[in-house]
Amino acid sequence: MLKRNDARADKSNFVGKTVPRENARRLSQGRGRYVDDIAFRNLAHVAFVRSPHAHARILSIDTQAARAVPGVIDVITGQDIRSMCQPWVGVLGHFPGLKSAEQYPLAVDVARWHGEPVAVVLAESRALAEDGADLIEVEWEALPSVVDPETALESDAHVIHPELGDNLAFRLDLEKGEVDAAFASAAHIAEGTFHFGRHTGLTLEPRSIVADFDPALRQLTVHHSTQTPFQMQDVFARHFGLEEGSVRVIAPDVGGSFGLKLHVYGEEMAACALSIRHGRPVKFIADRLEAFQTDIHARDHRVKARMAVSAEGEILAMEVDDLTGIGPFSVYPRTSAVEGNQAIRLMGGPYRMPSYRGRLQVVFQNKTPMCQYRAVGHPVACAVTEGLVDQAAHALGIDPLEMRRRNVVTQDMYPHTSPTGYVFERLSHEECHARLAEMMNYERLRREQAEARERGVYRGIGFATFIEITNPGPAFYGVGGARISAQDGCVMKMEPSGDIRVMVSVTEQGQGTETIMAQIAATHLGVPLERVRVYTGDTQTSPYGGATWASRGAGIGGVAVMKTAEALKENLLTVAATILQAQPGELDISAGAVVSRASGEERMPLSELGRIAYFRPDTLPAGFHAELTAARHYVPQGYPFAFTNGVQASHLEVDIETGQVRLLDHWVVEDCGRIINPLLVDEQIRGGVVQGLGGALFEECLYSPEGQLLCGTMADYLTPMAAEMPDIHVGHVETPTETSPLGAKGVGEAGTAAAPAAVMNAINDALSPFGASVSRMPFTPERVLRALGKV
Amino acid sequence: MDSVFPITLTLNGRTVTHDAPQRMTLADFLRQTVGLTATHIGCEHGVCGACTVYVDGRIARGCLMFAIQAEGCDIRTLEGLADDERMQALQKHFHARNALQCGFCTSGMLLTAHQYLGSQEEPSREEAREYLSGNYCRCTGYQAIVEATLAASDELAAKAGCKDEEAGRAEA
Amino acid sequence: MKAAPFDYVRVSCFEEMQEIFAAHGDDAQVIAGGQSLIPAMAMRMARPSVLLDIAGLPGLSGIEDTGDAIRIGAMARYVDLRESALLATHVPLIRDAVALIAHEAIRSRGTIGGNLAHADPASEMPAVVQALDARIDIRGPEGQRSVPAAEFFLGTYAVDLAPGEIIVSVTVPKAPAGRLSGIQEFVRRSGDYASAGGAFVLDVENGRIAAARLACFGVCDRAVLAEQAAATLVGQELAALDPEPAVKALASEIEPTADLHNGPATKRHLIGVLTKRLLADMVSRSGKAHG
Repeated sequence: MLKRNDARADKSNFVGKTVPRENARRLSQGRGRYVDDIAFRNLAHVAFVRSPHAHARILSIDTQAARAVPGVIDVITGQDIRSMCQPWVGVLGHFPGLKSAEQYPLAVDVARWHGEPVAVVLAESRALAEDGADLIEVEWEALPSVVDPETALESDAHVIHPELGDNLAFRLDLEKGEVDAAFASAAHIAEGTFHFGRHTGLTLEPRSIVADFDPALRQLTVHHSTQTPFQMQDVFARHFGLEEGSVRVIAPDVGGSFGLKLHVYGEEMAACALSIRHGRPVKFIADRLEAFQTDIHARDHRVKARMAVSAEGEILAMEVDDLTGIGPFSVYPRTSAVEGNQAIRLMGGPYRMPSYRGRLQVVFQNKTPMCQYRAVGHPVACAVTEGLVDQAAHALGIDPLEMRRRNVVTQDMYPHTSPTGYVFERLSHEECHARLAEMMNYERLRREQAEARERGVYRGIGFATFIEITNPGPAFYGVGGARISAQDGCVMKMEPSGDIRVMVSVTEQGQGTETIMAQIAATHLGVPLERVRVYTGDTQTSPYGGATWASRGAGIGGVAVMKTAEALKENLLTVAATILQAQPGELDISAGAVVSRASGEERMPLSELGRIAYFRPDTLPAGFHAELTAARHYVPQGYPFAFTNGVQASHLEVDIETGQVRLLDHWVVEDCGRIINPLLVDEQIRGGVVQGLGGALFEECLYSPEGQLLCGTMADYLTPMAAEMPDIHVGHVETPTETSPLGAKGVGEAGTAAAPAAVMNAINDALSPFGASVSRMPFTPERVLRALGKV
Repeated sequence: MDSVFPITLTLNGRTVTHDAPQRMTLADFLRQTVGLTATHIGCEHGVCGACTVYVDGRIARGCLMFAIQAEGCDIRTLEGLADDERMQALQKHFHARNALQCGFCTSGMLLTAHQYLGSQEEPSREEAREYLSGNYCRCTGYQAIVEATLAASDELAAKAGCKDEEAGRAEA
Repeated sequence: MKAAPFDYVRVSCFEEMQEIFAAHGDDAQVIAGGQSLIPAMAMRMARPSVLLDIAGLPGLSGIEDTGDAIRIGAMARYVDLRESALLATHVPLIRDAVALIAHEAIRSRGTIGGNLAHADPASEMPAVVQALDARIDIRGPEGQRSVPAAEFFLGTYAVDLAPGEIIVSVTVPKAPAGRLSGIQEFVRRSGDYASAGGAFVLDVENGRIAAARLACFGVCDRAVLAEQAAATLVGQELAALDPEPAVKALASEIEPTADLHNGPATKRHLIGVLTKRLLADMVSRSGKAHG
């Protein structure tokens, strides 16, 4: 009997199991439904006129010829839109001193980056809207542009927003411990300047929106490729003067997001404004050139840093100066201070380093706005720290992996607070390092490297230990005044068939949110997985919540689902006990049936419970009401974040004559706490690593010295493709977080966080016989050749 | 306003006629005029591969052809391969191996993998990576796609082997 | 990103095409495979008012043996070139080049004529036809003419085609016995336009190089023949070939132009490395073939 009970329980436990995504079956048959796939009647389309200059005053806009194009419905300029939409300013209270300027969907008077929209044409088709946009004449007065962040703060730099006084958006200084003393007593000081090129998220589905305003109800329905339907509902309501409840945001299938699809963009706001004005659905699908010009860019950091180490290789202190250019505005509503803030706070994070001094300067410049993209700040902090660790190890003659082993925060130290104020509940650096060395067969690889070098083949091995911020609490945005929910909610109902329907506020963009939530619900309710369906992404039908960003979906949304499942189970057992004239405590639910808790014997299938509860409540005692729906919300408490950790290694070969880097293998060992679905976790890591490899080797938004964006196609902006990517070997250590009953932390950004650092260290390892090194990403063949003195 | 012209072509095995503007690309035509949305548009300049379709039996970019050029052509999209054994094997393994996340590249990736398996008796990991390198995927990192393609190939080869064996037995 | 409006005309004879050119001049644009033209139209960098589809013109397709040469119709697609037994036998360099061009979904539509008329400086084919000493066969309002490939490319996207003229075919001499050919390129990613590339032909007689044609692409404003570098190879014994004089000559005779990712100095360096590697590869393959 006991055995049978176990078997049943096992059939109902889906947490920790590899389960393919039901969504993937649908999408693999071409049955996805992205914004652009949805059919509308009376649909109108927009096209934008954009600034050809990095910085210029708009003297006049002549829209007459455009209005005369048959099929053109309306033309709106920046001046016009001021009366249609409340402006915004991308600042938050918890970044004291952060400043930015007022922004409208279209530039008013002055355009401040190449590609900024200045007018919009509404027409019966996108082609006709573009025909109209072609005919709009803008008279410009070019203004001096600020392009290089290094010059933005110089006294003679043109001030982009005169009312703000200077081009400094934000400054932060951190200091802890005895930094000067540490450097004075150091046996060795590692030092370097690291550049992180501008790149961008490049979702394959471009930003997409259809705004559909019903003037009779004053109801705005927005079909939007977004990560954050609730945040956007709030933004649309406030900026268009609508009741919150009169705005419905629906995120259908989303073709990639990576942090790119949670910011407020002028084009989407203009589409809404025009829908409200004309009372018909308005579509904006960014084309690829528009995407390069207006999707948020990321990184663009210059970091000068040094690290003091003792003769034994102990890291004593770091001193860091990070300068980052964010474009002409801090992006609304999350601000562009977050990446720099995280970059300087994550420095040295894995290590016991007692002293730290960090300075951050965030400056305005005339380039596309920069904001949060996958692994916000992490790749910067990781590459600077790990680059200096390697330099120090090399100088002291210590093996780089051993150098890391000597410095990581160890098991006896938790909970541990970093000198920048981050608190770690429990990480697993030592275990991860041990596992990595074993997986990659480190010693053999070193021997092979030496042999290859004899043959004139230059291979490198690079490591990067990392920590990742996941499961952010209210401290992330809410305390600063942003109306971005820190909690998530779940509503769960049992249908008459016994099937379970789950509505949850976290969203799906392909990472597997819906599958993971189904696994959790099925497990905690005791039903077969195929009996659970999960619905996300509609503000009208989902409970309110923060949605999916900052690696919070599984760790926060998952707990909301777990708690709801427990609550619904309790409800169902109460109903079952009433029907069966038993005590709820004597019963359980397993494999979709009510069973005897003691024997596991099946008492009634849930479908029978559903039949009675919904259709024959007359058979139940008077006064009894079956509760067949439950709702719960969850917000993480105790720690501001749940940090994850891990280590990556890159093995590559540098062609020292061409500068070309060939990736041979990549390893990741990471600890995201309780793993809910190993398949999905591994694929999140692989995808994340490849985005990191893109930043390390290929991706760069190139500008002319005057601020012209030079890469407007995917042939110019190089991304990782299948042929150049290595196999990525993934291993795990599981340290469940005790801050949540589920024990799960996030995993969405770990891959991206450390891959660039690992590649940089591997290239520099390969180049070490030549005394050459690189520290400017991406590491193009030309930059490698320059480091080698060949060009 | 754009004038429209009738375009007659074979689409997924059936001869159809639809009206479309001269400047409409084949990809837009399939999606907007016909309503077949498995074909996606990711760049409109022929680089990303999301709009890959079969044109007269070979994969091509749906955005690098005007619909009007497809007059008389044989066009096949993912929808038209629903009953194709090779495609079904690929779809099954893409699903099982989680070789897609957001799914936006998937149709194009599947068509490219489909032609690859059709043109190569013994696919290899390296060659599959090369063949698929004209299709951009931002989510997966490609490894799962390569592995799913090879797994589908193995399954098809095993099935073909069984059929050969059966045929051999029948002859004997 | 939608093309500006145009009238699409599928012409069925040259006279019809000439009439359209006479009426519209430069506003009429020929479309072949469209793999470079359509993106340019999508971005409205090209905006013809009339788009002339020449797929129906007679005599533009097919690959045929004309005795001492192979005539390749301008509308032959890359996949046709790759799969042609005639070319495999008589001009294997073309098949080797196709493997480097873009990706399969482009090779299925892109044509040799369209490629040559477009004249992207980093594209393979303009170098290949120069290395092979091919002739570009042109037809226009004034009738037919034929230009040596080395004289056809005038600059970036600029070729010797007058208004109303189109390429009808490319005539490639059959490779003589003892010919070695090879193509290599450095690319950031597979299928990308080359950061530097070379298509080389060496004619070997009695173990010595009797003639050499070295065409470079992705280095200058157009695909170019490096004649001085080639001259350093002539007379050398193949088995003991010294590439250094060629590399040196090449560095001084070419004027590299930057692309988005590589400056002129990098290009000059890369083409030198490539020259050494490609020559070594050709010599080694010849050794294997004879061994």
